[in-house]
Amino acid sequence: MINPPNIKIAIASGKGGTGKTLVSTNLFYTLQQNKYPTTLVDCDAEEPNDLVFFEGKLVKTYEETQKVPVIDKSRCTFCGRCHDYCNYNAIFILPPFKIIKVIEDLCHGCGACSVACNDMAISEKDESLGTISCFDIAEKSIIIEAKMKVGVFSPVSVIKQAIKEAGNTGIILLDSPPGTSCPFIHTVSTADFVILVTEPTPFGLSDLKQSVDTLKTLNKKYGVIINRAGMGDNEIYDYLKQEHIPLLMEIPFDKTIARNYSKGEIVVKDKPEFQEQFLTMFNSILEQNANSSHQR
Amino acid sequence: MQIAVISGKGGTGKSSISAAFATLSDKVVLADCDVDAANLYILFNPTHEEEQVYISGQKAEIDYTLCTNCGLCASYCRFDAISLVNEKITISDILCDGCKLCSRICPTEAISMIDSNDSRMFAGTFRNGKMVYGRLAPGEDNSGKLVNIVRDKAKEIAKAENIDTIIIDGPPGIGCPMISTITGVDSVVIVTEPTLSGKHDLERTIEITSKFNLKTWVIINKFDLNEDMTLEIENYCRGIDIAIAGKLGFDPQVVQAMVNCKSIPEWIPNSTISKQIREIFENIKN
Ligand code: SF4
Ligand code: SF4
Ligand code: SF4
Ligand code: SF4
Repeated sequence: MINPPNIKIAIASGKGGTGKTLVSTNLFYTLQQNKYPTTLVDCDAEEPNDLVFFEGKLVKTYEETQKVPVIDKSRCTFCGRCHDYCNYNAIFILPPFKIIKVIEDLCHGCGACSVACNDMAISEKDESLGTISCFDIAEKSIIIEAKMKVGVFSPVSVIKQAIKEAGNTGIILLDSPPGTSCPFIHTVSTADFVILVTEPTPFGLSDLKQSVDTLKTLNKKYGVIINRAGMGDNEIYDYLKQEHIPLLMEIPFDKTIARNYSKGEIVVKDKPEFQEQFLTMFNSILEQNANSSHQR
Repeated sequence: MQIAVISGKGGTGKSSISAAFATLSDKVVLADCDVDAANLYILFNPTHEEEQVYISGQKAEIDYTLCTNCGLCASYCRFDAISLVNEKITISDILCDGCKLCSRICPTEAISMIDSNDSRMFAGTFRNGKMVYGRLAPGEDNSGKLVNIVRDKAKEIAKAENIDTIIIDGPPGIGCPMISTITGVDSVVIVTEPTLSGKHDLERTIEITSKFNLKTWVIINKFDLNEDMTLEIENYCRGIDIAIAGKLGFDPQVVQAMVNCKSIPEWIPNSTISKQIREIFENIKN
């Protein structure tokens, strides 16, 4: 291997469970076997799973925090300005009863209340949003896991931090959160290329269309992997043709694949021909990326 | 009664099972609370009777005829959403969290807040009753609130139409929308698969559901893909006193049902899997 490429690839699917984790972990494994320096970032922070498939050595772990206001009641004049400034209804105030409370679950840590207060009654403390953990899997092969703390309003902050932690060199794979809302957008917006994993079913197609529409507005390069090919109908193929979306790879429905995956095994491990397919796909992504004017 | 069907991850067959439940009762209100990837309308093609705009949040926008490029807003924004792009102060739509602080402090009042209003709630009639679903526009947030709107509507319709069963298809994950989905329901059904990651997700899901005092059931879907793991999940559930509502085998007809826009019991009413789903549903209802 010459000149390790620098590229960030997000692996996503409209909904979870279509094989996004299967593709992420097996692509990661294939690249690792071919001595590419690769970092896999598990951005599915609500339910991170990639580590189920690998043994690694924890080298670093820390908490991602946000600021939450603390109100000093002895200074507070119950003027209500902080409440008016908070765009998330996170401050509850009843001036006649001298009651004021921060509802921490609703607070986004924007700092507006501190700006609002003229009586120096607000200070801030750190609240954990989740953890970022880095694992060495093999030489130059790293998994970074973003794990949201249960009950936090959004996984976006931990995801952003995990992606930042991965840096900008080598191959970075982002196992993206499901859906097309904020967590998904924050993840894919940092990527050079997006692999959408889907199934040949009406649900799969509907989710795929939604993802494609989103990626179009973000101006991203993308391609599609059809998982469990041969199981459903053909409409998805017509859609890809009509929209000129590259079909990167098809993974046939196969009970042994499903069974090995279920045991937490890497499916390509004993299948060189399958690894070859992942590698070919990866090279075609590199090519498509090089041909585009899009720059990181 | 309200029954919520959830799963740690999507793709475990949760929607197929919700759809099956919805067609096993004479009359139901079906609430699709997977607002990020609402799917059940594809199977049931409900009529379009009601539509409601849902404002999920706000984004800041600069009026450049007023902006003096002073940069003050950028120093206040905690979401790194404001930066200089080609020497010009610019707000990133993706990064803006909608806190409004920049708009409040801008000395020239150049920043206004624009409502994100592309999300919708829909309600209509389908072949087994009424259906309510939400659709969160791409990139919008606060799906928990939209879930609440869908659920409130479902309750309102159930009351008006005298329907006593509400089936809720929940979102994947364990965040706010999932919590909004299970708050105040009578039964929660967690659909899982016999995979190591499935078990992992199940544990994380139960960590949350156990905080709510709910009747909780687990369905192991495609249990025959890995019977050892199925056994492990069964033992785990037994250990923490959670009932296994049933196990469903892998059946390619499940996908065929979907392709033909039918629920499993509608497509193959006399099959083993339909019989099992019926039993599970009776179990949960009683
Ligand atoms: S930091 Fe922002 S979100 Fe939190 S309470 Fe203050 S104003 Fe509200
Ligand atoms: S702005 Fe300051 S003084 Fe006024 S109510 Fe809030 S904390 Fe109290
Ligand atoms: S604070 Fe107002 S005037 Fe200053 S750069 Fe920001 S938008 Fe422009
Ligand atoms: S509204 Fe808040 S998050 Fe958005 S740009 Fe202004 S300060 Fe930043």
